[in-house]
Amino acid sequence: MEYVIEMLNIRKEFPGIVANDNINLQVEKGEIHALLGENGAGKSTLMNVLFGLYQPEKGEIKVKGEKVKITDPNVANKLGIGMVHQHFMLVDTFTVTENIVLGSEPKKGGTVDIKKAEKEVKELSERYGLNVDPGAKIRDISVGMQQRVEILKTLYRGAEILILDEPTAVLTPQEIKELIGIMHSLVKEGKSIILITHKLKEIMEVCDRCTVIRKGEGIGTVKVADTNPTELASLMVGREVSFSTEKTPANPKETFLSIKDLFVKDVRGVNMVKGLNLEVKAGEIVGIAGIDGNGQSELIEAIAGLRKSESGSIKLHDQVITNLSPRKVTQSGVSHIPQDRHKFGLVLDFPVGENMVLQSYYQQPFSKKGVMNFKNIYKKAQELIEEYDVRTPNAYTKARALSGGNQQKAIIGREVDRSPDLIIAAQPTRGLDVGAIEFIHKKLIEERDKGRAVLLLSFELEEIMNLSDRIAVMFDGRIISEVKPEDTNEQDLGLMMAGNTPQKAGGS
Amino acid sequence: MFANRTINILIPIISVLLGLLSGAVIMLVFGYNPLKGYAALWTGAFGDAYFLGETLRQVTPYILSGLAVAFALRTGLLNIGVEGQVFVGWVASVWVGVAFELPMILHLPLAVLAAALAGAFWGFIPGILKAKLGVHEVIVTIMMNYIALYLSNEIVRNVITDGKDRTDSIAPTASLASEWLAGMTFYSRLHWGLLIALFMALVMWFLLNKTTRGFELRSVGFNQHASNYAGMSVGKNIVLAMVISGAFAGLAGAMEGLGTFGYMSVKSGFTNIGFDGIAVALLGANTALGVVLAAFLFGTLKIGALNMPTVAGVPTELVEIVIALIIIFVASSYMIRWIILRFKKEGK
Repeated sequence: MEYVIEMLNIRKEFPGIVANDNINLQVEKGEIHALLGENGAGKSTLMNVLFGLYQPEKGEIKVKGEKVKITDPNVANKLGIGMVHQHFMLVDTFTVTENIVLGSEPKKGGTVDIKKAEKEVKELSERYGLNVDPGAKIRDISVGMQQRVEILKTLYRGAEILILDEPTAVLTPQEIKELIGIMHSLVKEGKSIILITHKLKEIMEVCDRCTVIRKGEGIGTVKVADTNPTELASLMVGREVSFSTEKTPANPKETFLSIKDLFVKDVRGVNMVKGLNLEVKAGEIVGIAGIDGNGQSELIEAIAGLRKSESGSIKLHDQVITNLSPRKVTQSGVSHIPQDRHKFGLVLDFPVGENMVLQSYYQQPFSKKGVMNFKNIYKKAQELIEEYDVRTPNAYTKARALSGGNQQKAIIGREVDRSPDLIIAAQPTRGLDVGAIEFIHKKLIEERDKGRAVLLLSFELEEIMNLSDRIAVMFDGRIISEVKPEDTNEQDLGLMMAGNTPQKAGGS
Repeated sequence: MFANRTINILIPIISVLLGLLSGAVIMLVFGYNPLKGYAALWTGAFGDAYFLGETLRQVTPYILSGLAVAFALRTGLLNIGVEGQVFVGWVASVWVGVAFELPMILHLPLAVLAAALAGAFWGFIPGILKAKLGVHEVIVTIMMNYIALYLSNEIVRNVITDGKDRTDSIAPTASLASEWLAGMTFYSRLHWGLLIALFMALVMWFLLNKTTRGFELRSVGFNQHASNYAGMSVGKNIVLAMVISGAFAGLAGAMEGLGTFGYMSVKSGFTNIGFDGIAVALLGANTALGVVLAAFLFGTLKIGALNMPTVAGVPTELVEIVIALIIIFVASSYMIRWIILRFKKEGK
């Protein structure tokens, strides 16, 4: 069998870190080849080497059996390698066609022949079942469509090998299904696809073979037909991974958090939380299940003091914390793992160490009389980095340089370390790989067992079912029913999330 | 880490060299001898004690206006209003200087403090407008520059004096001038303000890098959402950043009012001390030490240039062009960084 792409013994170093070492990747013509690894394992680095953005220190690259040197993305394009990045590179105000031909426009006497371009784009789109409207403006089309435009862009430039960097991360389940269809029709036409991912389900569903990278090292290539998710997960993480988190039954004690008749408005001034009641006890994890946009974010921001409550009360123990400042809420014993770790959780341009004291910098021993004590700060940071397995060159590295999973572990370390009474965990594992998810779930259960109250918000039903001791279904700004995970299943939960209150679930 | 730091130091140096080089090319094109020109510049800045004194005198307000811009930038704000804050600082210091009769130990600190407070107040206005109403500080500070200019003229002409074009000289008890420094430098106008400026650089470094307040200011500058989440008051820190920046600028005004001139006159236009502060901050990479070094370079160029027409026949305008070129190269530091990295890649 001839390989269209061969990367042999690739090694890539960055100052202080080996990102890739001894990695082999061989892609056959017409196959979908998965590149699997944890966050920060070096998948993107390897693909950037292939795409000419980085030069490897060692190793060689062959395209269709011929040794090549890919010095920049233009060379990669000429060799028929196209890349669809995780973050799209499209001009918002341009049309689909204009974006696709940008840089290699068909010309007619000094002007762009947009008619011809549109025709070509239409043909390509139909041939691969992409179904995009060549005349639509980028800002008017969905994220899934924008991704297809990116795919078309590479095809228009004659790509034979497509690199898709975590393409499903931004898509809805329906869009994922459609993307899978597109991938199948692409390989049918003789293209080859390298799929970068850490989602095992996708690999099992669409890929032919899978190359695994762990901590920058090539682990090997397996045929997907001969393997299973458990084996892939342990190859990726380097140890056995359990998918359902082990935990003992909860032992709830006194009520820590109690919310009564809470009303909260969103930025537009529309009521999003409408008379919500909820209690969380010490030693239990309460999971909020619901479809995005039913007031979950507003609820959490209101508890954390980031958003004003219109009426109702939020109590921690016997203390009313409604509309206290974020600092007062923190001081009263609430920790908050925010939904958006880049926007809220971290100051990305600060070192990891300084991010570890983002709420406590003004207290001893981190400062005294207004003067920072960086020795104590970095000592604490080092402890947290070790305890929470935050993989970073050192505590002085900017938070921006860390992978998503490690950023999240840093936030969780910081939030849990304050020994709060209540931990709000909003989508704590979004975008993370199985290893990191397992770690974070374990930590949350540990905290529960220490007698803390945990309020979990997640849009992943699996996570809600696995982790919660009690599930509160949120719909249209209210908790419409509460169930135990052992008394329900994903299907029933789905129905309740859509606003139905089945009898057997014992509605509210 | 180390490689990055080297690059950060290399970029301004390369920018300056490229600026001087292109200045030489322009001198050649216009038929002047660049070697003679730069030699004249050098002797004009450091040739004897008088020139050295004048250079250091010029450096003094540049340090403070540079600190003002740098401080704001470090906290995520673009203070274009340093020029206006210099004006109000200048007027306030001179006003206190001429209006009171006090022993020096009270009079001088009072005059200096008045300048800082006036500048701080001028920074407070755009700060509070941004914090409360979200008005962009660039627009407000630009407009406040004009208000400061014409308000200062009005105060000089109709409040401090009776329709004159300049105030009386300040009382000696409010003056920063020094017989001793002047004597050492053939009666240049070098004054004690240089020590104030250097001390303020130290203050800025300590405040931003070593205090909890500085931690908050920098945090708000980088990410307001995360700062709010962490319990910091975003609005308070924005206002404070503008107030401190304005105070630095006000002090720059005091350097002119209490040190160099000892009076304030009606001005037809801006002094450019504040605007040059933007370039100084940029060249100094917004650090305290960098600002001091950059201010030194700017002072040198400004004073040395005065010698170029007489000795080498090169017009002062050309020196302005050289300075402008240096700024362009600094502003395009991204390009220089890219070239350096490119070379490093090739070298491997």
